[in-house]
Amino acid sequence: MTASRVETATAHTLSLRVDEWNGHLPGQHIDVRLTAPDGYQAVRSYSLAAPALDGVIEITVQRLPGGEVSGFLTDTAMVGDQFEIRGPLGNWFVWDQDDPSPVLLVAGGSGVVPLMSMIRARDRADIQTPLHLIHSVRTPQDRIYGDELTRLAARAGGPSVTWLYTRTAPPTETRPPGRLRRDDLDDGSTWTSGATPICFVCGPTGFVEEAANHLLASGHPADRIRTERFGGR
Amino acid sequence: MVHVTRGFTGRHPATDDRLPPGQYLTDDFPVLSAGPTPAIRRDEWTFSVRDGDQALRSWTWDEFTALATEDITVDIHCVTRWSRLDTTWRGVAIDDLLADVDTAAEYVLARSYGGYTTNLPLEDLLDGKAWIAYEHDGEDLPPEHGGPARLLVPHLYFWKSAKWIKSLDLVDDDDPGFWETLGYHDYGDPWREQRYQGD
Repeated sequence: MTASRVETATAHTLSLRVDEWNGHLPGQHIDVRLTAPDGYQAVRSYSLAAPALDGVIEITVQRLPGGEVSGFLTDTAMVGDQFEIRGPLGNWFVWDQDDPSPVLLVAGGSGVVPLMSMIRARDRADIQTPLHLIHSVRTPQDRIYGDELTRLAARAGGPSVTWLYTRTAPPTETRPPGRLRRDDLDDGSTWTSGATPICFVCGPTGFVEEAANHLLASGHPADRIRTERFGGR
Repeated sequence: MVHVTRGFTGRHPATDDRLPPGQYLTDDFPVLSAGPTPAIRRDEWTFSVRDGDQALRSWTWDEFTALATEDITVDIHCVTRWSRLDTTWRGVAIDDLLADVDTAAEYVLARSYGGYTTNLPLEDLLDGKAWIAYEHDGEDLPPEHGGPARLLVPHLYFWKSAKWIKSLDLVDDDDPGFWETLGYHDYGDPWREQRYQGD
């Protein structure tokens, strides 16, 4: 581990220098395995948050209540520590940078992490594919990558970014706080090319179920909606 | 070589002899699906056993739910590392569905509403090892968990237990299904940690 950065009160980004890393696709994840002195092991999956840079990869870890791995990675791990990882893993929830289709990204909470990997890949490769991120968060303080997304969105050819607030909205926000609604995802103005967007939806199970159903109801074909869920319900 | 992680002691959560390596116990029932949950009307639902383009047997919802059922209590293991013990289901044994079928096929491609597929050896569906389940915990199987009905093959990782099951296709070759094409193991034995190709 070469760096740890605070993103929000509960989310940290860890930078990991990896021997023999041959790159990965935006949206892929790794398994992290921790081993206690008595041999006890725990393995969890974490989405990669950015393209690799000089052999360094990044994961963003949301501390979960009672989470034995997420709690360790956010609170105990220090620069210089070593972890065993396996990856890159997952070949479905990935964005193909050569696909010219517009991209609609829908995130609930820390579900934004693999989607940020797509946004950063697009930015670093200077790709002009239209891309819109809709990120549902509880409060403005829960905007993981908020400053960077604001900066990217302000740039010519940058992604468009919309935050939806479920509990507390900033004073300038006209949409009242609340859970995801169908019209939150109706955004015909973004797509001028007429091409069918590819949609990536990531978040807690309940959020992803609702978002995917809204997208279907808005006319997005089922085979253009890719989902990744976490947690039970 | 095992690398001990500095500062990590772990919570040593409850474990059990029935927990395969690399898994943890949960009381939740997490959802793993590649896309939206398909909406399937029971009055339009059919399930069939197929050989090539030919349906050997086919059932409507009413016909299927009139078949003899079994109450099933099994442990399930997801490749994303959660396991649940003693989950309860009701469904129809694959043995019963294939009782009158004469086939030389050695494999099955399970096909789902929504386009999902997964490949399995036929023998892994026989001798009381697999079912088509349509109740869980005494209630109708919820759509996000595969309702109206799903394949239940608890001795393999749970992606083999195809949700929203539409047909079992008897095939000669072990051609990979959806996740298998994307790098997951063709067989998926949790006790041998067959998560990805090459494991």
